[in-house]
Order: sequence, then structure tokens, then C-alpha cells
Amino acid sequence: MNITELTALELAQQLHTKRLSIAQVLDAYYAAIAEKNEELQAYISVCGKELTYARAAEIQARLDVGEIRSPLAGVPIAVKDVICTAGIPTTCGSRTLEHFLPPYNATIVERILAADMILLGKTNCDEFAMGSTTETSYFGITKNPRDTSRVPGGSSGGSAAAVAGNLAPIALGTDTGGSIRQPAAYCGIAGLKPTYGAVSRYGLIAYASSLDQAGPMGKNAADCAALFGIICGPDERDSTSAKGYRYEPPLQGAMPLRGTRIGIPQEFLSEALQPEIKQTIDSLTQKLQAEGAAIVSVSLPQLAYAVPTYYIMACAECCSNLSRYDGIKYGHSADAESLRETYIRSRSEGFGLECKRRVMLGNFVLSSGYFDAYYMKALKVRRLIQNAYLKAFESCDVILGPVAPTTAPRIGESLDDPLAMYLSDIYTVTVNLAGLPGLSLPIGKDSNGLPIGLQLIGKPYEDAFLLALGEALPSC
Amino acid sequence: MTVDSTIVTYLENLARIRLTDTEREKCTDDLQRIISYFDELDAVDTEDVLPLSHAFEQVNITRLDEVLPSFPTEAILQNAPRQKDNCFLVQRTVE
Repeated sequence: MNITELTALELAQQLHTKRLSIAQVLDAYYAAIAEKNEELQAYISVCGKELTYARAAEIQARLDVGEIRSPLAGVPIAVKDVICTAGIPTTCGSRTLEHFLPPYNATIVERILAADMILLGKTNCDEFAMGSTTETSYFGITKNPRDTSRVPGGSSGGSAAAVAGNLAPIALGTDTGGSIRQPAAYCGIAGLKPTYGAVSRYGLIAYASSLDQAGPMGKNAADCAALFGIICGPDERDSTSAKGYRYEPPLQGAMPLRGTRIGIPQEFLSEALQPEIKQTIDSLTQKLQAEGAAIVSVSLPQLAYAVPTYYIMACAECCSNLSRYDGIKYGHSADAESLRETYIRSRSEGFGLECKRRVMLGNFVLSSGYFDAYYMKALKVRRLIQNAYLKAFESCDVILGPVAPTTAPRIGESLDDPLAMYLSDIYTVTVNLAGLPGLSLPIGKDSNGLPIGLQLIGKPYEDAFLLALGEALPSC
Repeated sequence: MTVDSTIVTYLENLARIRLTDTEREKCTDDLQRIISYFDELDAVDTEDVLPLSHAFEQVNITRLDEVLPSFPTEAILQNAPRQKDNCFLVQRTVE
């Protein structure tokens, strides 16, 4: 048995039935990281062995007496480096936070620790989660384990590469416009962007607060469901977390496919989509029909306007959120003569070019004279997009489509042309604008052997149904 | 909408960012293309549509008015580049 190839739930079963010890599992992962992380650059930092094995011993003692605190007790996990971990560096992939040690844990980190999971390390990402390739990190470019000449996607590319490259059984990512789903698709793993508010954002370093959600990334939908069950639920420290939200999976053995109405937006299958992705989706659709699902054609007429709407919103929110990096309270600081010069130099030295571009775009769309034409206009189109989803859900239970227009591009192809990179987010950004849950699942490979992802989009708060449906999908 | 050096300088000032000459050249071109792309939203009819700033609109959320423990000062100051007497140290702001 190769330990690092097991899914998180398989690993948990081995641990809970005492066929494996946590120390054996950690040995296997530390060896894999030592062997492969230098090439893949999935992790920015790996937790020290001494503290990790000490914590493992405590948890092992509980497992030995049959005290199993969660379905993933004893399982190691990788965490995207935009999520605060007390006393453990949290960099956001930026020079600005290169030496930042959070004084507290994010709520979701508290929850994985309370569930007796073991933090393995912090994963690489685009700077402040701004990017779709994990090439804008100050700490280097993460490689796609399926083909190391390709990007892993982004911004949660380090988490996706860690799971796909067997450097972690499961991981946490964050998704503002596709940053969990798209790297999951490029790397051939599963990832859930939960309903907005299902998971606490306390301790998640903000990019665009009305769009950001953290979620699970795993080898399959069942692993994602297990981790989602641990991290979701209301939190008093995040006033936007959904009150009373509970993860309630459908009864085991229920067959969610039969009778399920699956909507396919006609705009999703345009000519811009790589033909092999379209063929794979067509073939899956036929299998779903054969298993009793009903396929319904729906429409999202504003899809063509989704990307500009998203980038106006995200840049506006990020320029506000990133104003906190002033070189005074924490983060990179230039020692200048005046306060104003300290702000300017600290920010200019600390931020990379993509980050500067988005902060400047945000200032533009919010500035006097342009606010109505850009920001207010985008807020109105956002409502039209949400309305179109609500209308589509009158005739279907779930929406199915691609995650990205292509499979993983080569390293270096996207960086020179930011607009082209933004356009590749077309199938994922509407889900964040409308606050819906979106699940990315691996469903096949193209002729280059690169993974193809499928996206399932659910009604608000139907994350559990979406995950159960993901578990029941036939393979292609 | 034309993006020229006056607008880029204006945005640098608002953002408290100073670009290098190379960055400014690249940024001017990129911002022009991106903002022209944003202009495509003009084609959408948004007459009588209310803006949506949050997916699930919420009114103010408050917690109980009770004192809870806060972080120790040292923990909050541990990342401060400059500090003095348990406070963040900044340059003179009033002449």
C-alpha cells in the first residue's frame, strides 16, 4: 500500500482501525515532500517535525482508546497561505507578508485542529489570491504535478498541486472567482466553493470580501464532503456567516441521480470551449440521462458580461482591503522620512505587479467621475446574473458545465497578457457573484493527458446535495 | 475611455503606489485594454435594476453588548515594524 495515494477517508479508515499509525502516515508525507516539493513548489512552508509529531502522539493516544473526534481524525492537511495560522508564517504569497506571524488561528483552522487533523504546511498561491495560475507568488511558481511544464491553475495552485502530487491527502483553498475550482480542474482533483456564508471568513486574509469563501480540495467529492462537514457552520466572529447553517448530507445509499433535473446553460457550450472538454461533458450528459437524470436547457444571457462585472467588483473590494498594508502595523515596511513616503515605498516594494494593477483598477472604478459608470453598473449587472440563476433554478435542481475553457496552459503563457488570463475565469466567476455553491470534479483527460474538470452549480445552501451528487456521478 | 499618463499618475497617487518606469509603461497599456473591456458593460440594459453589493443582502448584524477578552497588546504588536511604549510608532503627522 502506498500511503500517499490513499484518499483522506481511506487514510482515516486505516488510522481508525489501527492498521496504520499517524507517525507512519507523517513519515510517508514528509518523505514525499522532501522528494518532490523542491520541483513542484506546492508548499511555501512546511511545519516543523518536532511539534507535528508531538501533536500526532496526542491524537494517536486518543485514537488508541477509541476516541475519534471526527471522520478525518489523525489525517494531515495542507492549508493555503492566505489562511491565518497562529505563530506559523502566513504570507499570502506576497513579499508584503513575508515575515508575518498571525497572532490567532482562522476559525476554519481552529475547526480542523478541534477535529484532530494535523497541519502539514502552508501552500503556495497567487499573491493575495490574485491570479489564475500561481505564477504571481513572490515565493516561486508552483508546477502542475500532471505535467510540470504546465501551471496548476490558481490561485489555490499550491493546495491543488499538493493533493494531486500526493504531498497532502487533502487541503484547504479559497475561491473568490474560481480559485478552488479551476486549479482542482487543472490538476485532476475535486474542490468545493461553498455557498457564500456557509464557511467563516474569520482569519481568511481578505481579497474581495463579498466574494471570498474557503473550501475543501481533495482527491474526490467524498473527501471534500468530509472536510466541508468539519469547517462549515456559523461563526460569531464573521457577521456574514449564515446563521443556523448546518451540513446535512442526504441519507446514505440515497440515489440523487434518478429524477434529478440537470440544467445546462446553452451559453456554456460555446465555440470558445476546447472541443475535447465539450465532448467529455456531452458524453457524461448521456450517461446521466441513462441513469435517470433529466437534462434541461437553461439560459444565462449575461454570461458575456460576467468577467468585466467580476473584475470591477473584485478590484474595488481589493483596493479597499489592501489599504491596510501601510508599513505601520505589520508587513513589509520601508524606513522613510515621512508617513506618506512610508506608505508609498512600503506598498511599492511589497506588492507585485498584478497586485498593483488590481489595486489601481479598484481605485479607478471607485473614483469620483467613474464610480457610476463602472462600479454601480457592475453592481446592477451582478443582480441580473443572480436573477438569471434564480430563474434557471426554477426549472432544474443543479447546473452542469465546464470549469475553464481549456485544460492547464503552459507556464509563462498567461503572465504577459492579464486580460487573456481574466477571460479564462468565465465559467467560474458568476458562481461567486451570485453566492452559489460550485463543485469541480475530475471527469476525464484531453489528448495531452491533461485533466478535464466538470462544474456542478447548486442552489444557495445546497452544498450537501451538490457533494452527494458529485459522489454519485458516473465516471467518463 | 483613454488611459494616459495623467490617469495612471492619478491612480498611483490614490493607491499610494509608485510604479517604476518599466511598470508604468506596461501598466498604462494593460489598464487601457482592461478598462476598454470594462466598457462593454455599457451594452447591458440596467434601467430600473437595483444594485447588488452582496449575494445575500443583510442588515446590520450585532452581537450581545458584553465585554469579551481581547488579544494581549504584545501579541498585536509582535509584527509591528516600529513600536514604542506598547504603541505603534509612526512618523510625525502634524507639523
